[in-house]
Amino acid sequence: MPALTRRAVQAALIYLVVGFTFGQLLLMNKGVPFYPATWRLLPAHIEFLFIGWMAQLALAVAHWIIPRFRGGRFGRQRLAQAAFLLLNGGVLLAGLGPLLGAPAGVHLAGRVLEAAAVLAFAVYIWPRIRPLGNR
Amino acid sequence: MPPLTRWYVRSSFLYLVATLVTGVWLAARAVWPGSLPGSSALSPIYFHLFMIGWVTQLIFGIANWMFPVYTREAPRRSERLGSATYALLNTGLLLRIVAEAGVAGAGATGWRWLLGGAVLLLLLAALAFVVNTWGRVTGK
Repeated sequence: MPALTRRAVQAALIYLVVGFTFGQLLLMNKGVPFYPATWRLLPAHIEFLFIGWMAQLALAVAHWIIPRFRGGRFGRQRLAQAAFLLLNGGVLLAGLGPLLGAPAGVHLAGRVLEAAAVLAFAVYIWPRIRPLGNR
Repeated sequence: MPPLTRWYVRSSFLYLVATLVTGVWLAARAVWPGSLPGSSALSPIYFHLFMIGWVTQLIFGIANWMFPVYTREAPRRSERLGSATYALLNTGLLLRIVAEAGVAGAGATGWRWLLGGAVLLLLLAALAFVVNTWGRVTGK
């Protein structure tokens, strides 16, 4: 498992636990209301689990599993590294912005970073998606 | 494919079927309002059947199978913790579905506490999965 995949999987596992914790607080508050503002966790719950956990894990595993170039080369790894940074910056901004009462622009900036991350990763992985032996 | 992965994958397909049946029910209620039973709980149930029952469960199962081995003696680290993760995730999800419907319907205090208990099981499942998987995220 390459180093970038390890970092991304570890980040995804952290988002899994934090996202489930937020979900637990939300649902406990739904069952036995204890703090009305708990509902502010909802955007972070969704962002952390959708993008931070699931999308990040999928991208991390793709970086590892999809056939490499001759000699085990990954291709333009800087793009993948940039995608990792952009994705995590985006998840934190888009998830924590609404929770901390930041202006809507912060949430938007997070979403832009996430989209840029996925675009960078798509450009990076595109040349590796080809038949075996044609590398 | 190890036995625990087979359990995860089979269960995930059952949840996928349940998700789509719930989706049909939701759509039918919109077409014929008031003619079919249901409550405001159906939408979150539909969503979590899909995201936890299908997607998360499939990820847990495939990761249990495909991630680098922990050691030659214990390739998937603790088999017992792996089984506990499966049991916690599925018990938590099923309890959550029942309790969420109960809260939306009767709304009795018992249902509300059951909902809290269900999400505790789900959180424990996530923690157990991370503990058992973290050591397998290696350069092997």
